[in-house]
This record gives sequence, structure tokens and C-alpha cells, in this order.
Amino acid sequence: MHREDFPMLNQDIIYLDNGATSLKPKSVIAKQVDYYENYSANAHRGDYDISYKVDLEYENTRDLVRDFIGAKRKEEIVFTSGTTDSLNLIVNGFFANLLEAGDEILITKMEHASNVMPWFRIAGETGAVIKYIPLDDNYFVTLENVKASITPKTKVISLAEITNVVGDIRPIKEITKYAHEKDIFVVVDGAQSVPHKKINVTDSDIDFLAFSAHKMLGPTGVGVMYAKYELMQNIEPVNLGGGMNESFDSPEKMVLKEVPTRLEAGTPNIAGVIGLGEAIKYLNKIGMENIEKYEKNLRNYFIEKLVSIPHIDILNLESDSGIVAFNVDGIFAEDVAYYLNKYNICVRAGNHCAKLTKDILGVTNSIRVSLYFYNTESEIDNLIELLKDKDKIMKEMI
Amino acid sequence: MDKEIGREIILEHFQHPLNKEEIHDDRYIKINSRNPNCIDNLDIAILIEDSTIKDIKFMGEACAISTSSTSIMIKNLIGKSVKEAINYINNFYHMVNEEEYDEKVLNEALCFQDIYKQNNRKSCALLPYRGILKVLEEYESK
Repeated sequence: MHREDFPMLNQDIIYLDNGATSLKPKSVIAKQVDYYENYSANAHRGDYDISYKVDLEYENTRDLVRDFIGAKRKEEIVFTSGTTDSLNLIVNGFFANLLEAGDEILITKMEHASNVMPWFRIAGETGAVIKYIPLDDNYFVTLENVKASITPKTKVISLAEITNVVGDIRPIKEITKYAHEKDIFVVVDGAQSVPHKKINVTDSDIDFLAFSAHKMLGPTGVGVMYAKYELMQNIEPVNLGGGMNESFDSPEKMVLKEVPTRLEAGTPNIAGVIGLGEAIKYLNKIGMENIEKYEKNLRNYFIEKLVSIPHIDILNLESDSGIVAFNVDGIFAEDVAYYLNKYNICVRAGNHCAKLTKDILGVTNSIRVSLYFYNTESEIDNLIELLKDKDKIMKEMI
Repeated sequence: MDKEIGREIILEHFQHPLNKEEIHDDRYIKINSRNPNCIDNLDIAILIEDSTIKDIKFMGEACAISTSSTSIMIKNLIGKSVKEAINYINNFYHMVNEEEYDEKVLNEALCFQDIYKQNNRKSCALLPYRGILKVLEEYESK
């Protein structure tokens, strides 16, 4: 639906790599061009009219984000460069000061590199220990397995709400409720969930959330870190410099601004942030519930056809999100992607930045189709037609 | 080389690669060739004695182009002197990079003659050659 809003779709392509990045609607592109053409001043310098307008637009996005994720206060929203940046800020700005030797960090082997590597480093620096929540037969996280993995030493659970390979939707609210009974913090990587389903951080009660604008119709280079207000106060800025200080006289005398500005050193990605605001308006207009429902139907449509192809092995049959990972029997994932590329179909092949998954899935690589609301049944039909004929794949993949 | 024949050679070496086996022998020099932009990951082991390549084996996961290119490369290199091998490899590089090269030297590897047309697959064809060239050049300079 709404395909006419996306200039990229005027090209003859079938774009099925939305887990990597989404396409941008005209309104989001126009909003950024408008900034560059008509009020291209810096933020937080409201000494003249156009700069004041920048502040209004920039802070308006903060309000939009707050409402979009159901946060209580706008001060709980920090703009970053993306999910990776947000997760690094959470780990290095908050948990670095909290973790001690022997403390346990709970993640899974399905997490994206950005929800693994910052934890690995902080574990090395503090002597904290990484523990993995076991997954069930479908590679899902269950509340029972979370409970079984928690020890008196567990300090934090960090999970993607939807993983980027298996695409299972984790029971974040239930996990958080249990974790909080044990005084454990919950960090959520929302890169694959915030663009595709309704999120409410107040209802789920999570402590931290990270997500990117570019996977939800917004510009690249912008993301959000959400933290509960009382926790936000304890996040040490990773970057010091312009925009975030009140005054500085000597190493002993540095006075910082309040959150969230304290955590946004340097000139931010102004056009990007304003573009994110427009993306949120666009998503709100369609309605996140509608998007979720549409994608679920499209996934079911795709899966139904895909299971009937004997040489296709689906890795995540039971998942609920718009992510479908599979392999063609006897053919390397990347060769299938090259073959589909000849028909202008864009899919991802590889390990999808989740390199621990091989321990669990037993395969290193797969083809990933990730859907968004602008994908259609007829695009799926095209893809299925090309996957049906294994001889054709073999013949044309080189 | 005729396109259809070239395709058949590539497929044959992908489906039935030669010299694909694990080697546990300290006399072999081990090389890992990885393509940072994709997922190909090859372990190659080479045995050089008296300036001659006596044997090469490989293991790993790679796409059709990388796998067949490795298989063909090994077939062509075994039995060559280090000097001949370097000459062969340089000719292969020249072919893939659209420079002048000697067709006679490359024989079966000519199936990759048109690979330059697919920019994103050039690195697949070259993958096994990278590590091995370094090893051979180091051997030469000793």
C-alpha cells in the first residue's frame, strides 16, 4: 500500500531488504530539502528567526518520538546516529559505571553485532560475564528460559524485541516485569521492531530502548536512545563538547547542561532529526496497527507459497514478523541473491551481522526477505516464480 | 571461451570441487582468504618443495564463483614452479581487471573471462588468489 509515495519504487525493482534499511517517502525527503533550502541554521542558537525555527522543528521531533513510543517525558529522548550509537551510549554511559566483576549480562546468540560487541568490551573491562539465554526449538526466547537464566548476579538483560535473522517477537513486557522484581535492568534493541509495530515503553516498562530512523522511512545517520528519566540522570556523556555544556573553566570546573542536551554533544544531524519527525507523522497517518496487520498477512501469503517449494528450507517458519530467512538446498545464499538481482529483486544474503547465530542455527548464511507495508502480493508472486525452478537458479546464478 | 562451456566448467567445479579436503600436515603453509564484503571464507593449505608447488588443498564456505575459482586455480597451480605460478596468477588478475593477458597460460580459468562485467563478483573470482600470491612472493624473495 501507499507505493505512490515512494520515488524509489518508480524504478523497476522489488525491494525486499527492509531489515537493512527502508525506502523513504517523498514527504520525508522534501522535509529535509526544505531545511537545507529554507532555514539551514544551527540548532540551540535561537538568536535569529531561522535558527529559532530550527529549534522548534528539532524539538518537535522529540515530542513526536515521545508520543510514538509512549514515553512519559521528552527529556527521555536522546538523538544519536542510530541504534548502534544508542546501544553504545547505554553500555558505555550507564552500565560501564555500574557493572562490577562477576556481574552477569544476559543476551542471546541471536543478537545483532551492535547488541553483542559493546557488551563484550564492557565485560572485558569490568570483569562482568556474558551469559546466553537458551532458545527454544524455534529459536525463540521464552519467559521460562529467561527466568532459568537469571541468577543473583544478573544485572542486565539486553534483547532485540525482534531479531534480524529469525524475526521472532520477544515477550518484552513479561520479561521486564519479572526482571524488575529481581532489580535487573532491561535494554531493548528496537531496530527491527519500532518500524513495524506499536511500541509503548511506559506500558512495557523497559529501562532503555535503541532504534534507527532509516529503518522506519527516515534518514540515515539518525537514531534514538530512550531511557527512563531517573536513569537518564545517571548516564555519563560519552562525548563532551559543544552544545552540551553550561560552562567550563578548568578540568575541575565543567558544568554540563541538563538531559537530554547533555548527551547530544556537537552539532546534531539536524536535517536527519527533522526528517525522522516527518517519518513518524507518515507512519502515524497509516497507523502502526495497520502496518503490523498488513505485514503479517503478507508474510503468511509468502510462507504459504514458500513451504510448497521442496528445495527451500525455511529457517524461521514459526516467526510472526515480516522477516523470512531461508536457503535453497545445495546453493550458496549469496548465489541466490545474485540470481535474484538479475531480476531486480533486492534481498540480503549472509550472516546478517549476527555471527553468533551459526552456533544455534547450524548454518552460517541464509537469504533474508524482510517486508514492509509497501511490498505487495504480486511482488511475492514474482519472487516465488523465480525460486520455484532450481535448474534455472543453477543456470543463471553465474 | 564459449559462454555456455564456461558456465558448465564453473558449475562443474562448484558442484564437484577438486582438492577440497582438510589437511593436518605442518609442512603446508596455511592461508585464510575472506571476503570482507560478503560471506566467503576459505582456508587454503599449500605445500611448496624445491621451489615447486607439490600440493594445495582447501576447505570452507563460499559462493559458486569463489568455490569454482579456487578449484580451478588449485588444479592449474599444482606442479608449477613458484615462478610459473606467480606468472599464472598475475595473468588471472590482468584478465579479471580487463588488462592485457596471455590466454595460453590460463587455460580452464578462461571461464572467468567475462566476470569483469559483474563488478560485484570480481572479488569472488579473485578471492583464492589473494592470499596465495602473497605466500608465493614471500617464498620467491627468500
